[in-house]
Amino acid sequence: MTSSVSPSTRVNVRPLTNEEVDRIRNDFPIFDQLVNGHPLNYLDSGATSQNPLSVMEAEQEFYEQRNAAVHRGAHTLAFGATETFEAARAAVAAFVGAQTDEIVWTSNATEGINLVAYSFSNASLGLGGPAARRFALGAGDEIVVTEMEHHANLIPWQQLALRTGATLRFIPVQDDGTLDLAAAASIIGARTRLLALTHASNVVGTINPVAELVVLARAVGALVLLDACQSVPHLPMDLAALDVDFAVFSGHKMLGPTGIGVLYGKSELLADMPPFLTGGSMITTVDMHTAEFLAPPQRFEAGTQRISQAIALAAAVDYLTETGMDRIQAREAELGQRLVAGLAEIPGVRLLGPPAGIERIGLASFDLAGVHAHDVGQYLDEAGIAVRVGHHCAQPLHRRLGVTASTRASTYLYTTTDEVDQFLATLAEVAPFFGVRS
Amino acid sequence: MTNTAMQQLYQQIILDHAKSRHGAPPEGLAPLHAAGLPAGLRVTESHQVNTTCGDEVTVRIGLRGTESAGEPAFGSVGEPANDAVIEEFVWTGDGCSISMASASVLHDSVRGESVESARALLNTFREMLRSRGTIEPDEEVLGDASAFAGVSRYPARVKCAMLPWVAFEAALLTE
Repeated sequence: MTSSVSPSTRVNVRPLTNEEVDRIRNDFPIFDQLVNGHPLNYLDSGATSQNPLSVMEAEQEFYEQRNAAVHRGAHTLAFGATETFEAARAAVAAFVGAQTDEIVWTSNATEGINLVAYSFSNASLGLGGPAARRFALGAGDEIVVTEMEHHANLIPWQQLALRTGATLRFIPVQDDGTLDLAAAASIIGARTRLLALTHASNVVGTINPVAELVVLARAVGALVLLDACQSVPHLPMDLAALDVDFAVFSGHKMLGPTGIGVLYGKSELLADMPPFLTGGSMITTVDMHTAEFLAPPQRFEAGTQRISQAIALAAAVDYLTETGMDRIQAREAELGQRLVAGLAEIPGVRLLGPPAGIERIGLASFDLAGVHAHDVGQYLDEAGIAVRVGHHCAQPLHRRLGVTASTRASTYLYTTTDEVDQFLATLAEVAPFFGVRS
Repeated sequence: MTNTAMQQLYQQIILDHAKSRHGAPPEGLAPLHAAGLPAGLRVTESHQVNTTCGDEVTVRIGLRGTESAGEPAFGSVGEPANDAVIEEFVWTGDGCSISMASASVLHDSVRGESVESARALLNTFREMLRSRGTIEPDEEVLGDASAFAGVSRYPARVKCAMLPWVAFEAALLTE
């Protein structure tokens, strides 16, 4: 039902070819190096992606030619900086199917989620007046998350529940790494005020049926916040079509710099929400006791903004659009299946999440019997292979799957099939090295 | 791949300790209040987590005080006297081979030793791990713990090796 990710929509999409990927890699200076004597094999894009030259040049060009504070000052340079900054907002909005004024800059996705949580918290204290009452929470209200959330989409809601007296509930994860939709249907009910869930799991790679869950939330009048950190970088996104109320994503996971993220909110909701961070650049009139606030998105952008990062993120969006998000998605789906198929051949490997043949984003997490993830990562690192080890900021999900830590290989548009194969071949050496018999 | 660097890091003695886990009961540790440790011991424990990777270790020690200079050298609270003896040492944990082997080696190294000599060993071990490979371990002093010299060349793994030692140090200071 998630139209943007259904395999059927990909039937005629040609994945990026190996030759195209080789050309893409020339745009990424970081790949031109050896790590421990081996070419860098970067399989940690789920944590942070690498930057193409055009992104770094956009940031440098801004500082060299156009640097000035935005939305203040009446000089030529400041006008130019403001125009470029706002053009970046428009570019990112178009990239995810949003209106420009629905895009709020944040430092990262985590801050975007906290912005919503604290705005609701402030509404619960009566801030924002009658219009904001729809966001007020109290005893008897329920916030629903899932058991597969990144800590960033869990702890802000735990804290909001503690501050307001609301109850936090969660949709369980099944053994195959998918959500228990039958349970979801009974958990999402009359008391539900907000459903916060991830689009694609950063651990198990599952792509959640967002549209189905939105229907459940709509039926009870609940709002929906989507953690799109692992989807916006990897598949075509149309937030308006998905019909979620809020969404967050981070620039550094989609070829952009660190320090910039996005909160998407429907215009009519942002318009009624009280601010989270307050200060300069978000007000109209101020006296010694009160202040009136600007309309969104500026209402939520207090203080000097991340100007160069926003502009660099727009350059990243250009790069992704020119490459083709549908072709990136198709390529990564192939890489994800190549990972899963290869892992199945290695004795002692237990894949976490959907089995081979079932849709997943281009990553795979696994447990290797008898060898701790940290040791797996160390062995791979010695061969120049960068993977993530640990709980990937998702302790409850790991606990649910019966492991304390796992190893994750995650791909992106610049990942070659040779890199996936080298990873698999090196991984096959690990258990024998540690003296684990299968 | 040639495994020379990996073999220097993961010495056989480390892999062996990681498997055999001396001092770690297979069933884990009973709650402190229910633990059947000998009478007259001051029993304390410390649980430490490596937040980078989630590895965790709980070290529980039982100290026996001795008489020196005509006074009880060891009270129920406060820092233990140097000549108190680490009569019991048990641990439980979940983590990488470096941290688990280190706990096992720690058990072998300090059980039955005085607080003073255990502290001296702890300092020597820590100094070696922080040396980035510049300190040659003295096997006479360190015993099996000298196998962790290779870890000092991997700054990201120093915490793994130190984790049980930090727990031990904290347990010594726990009232």
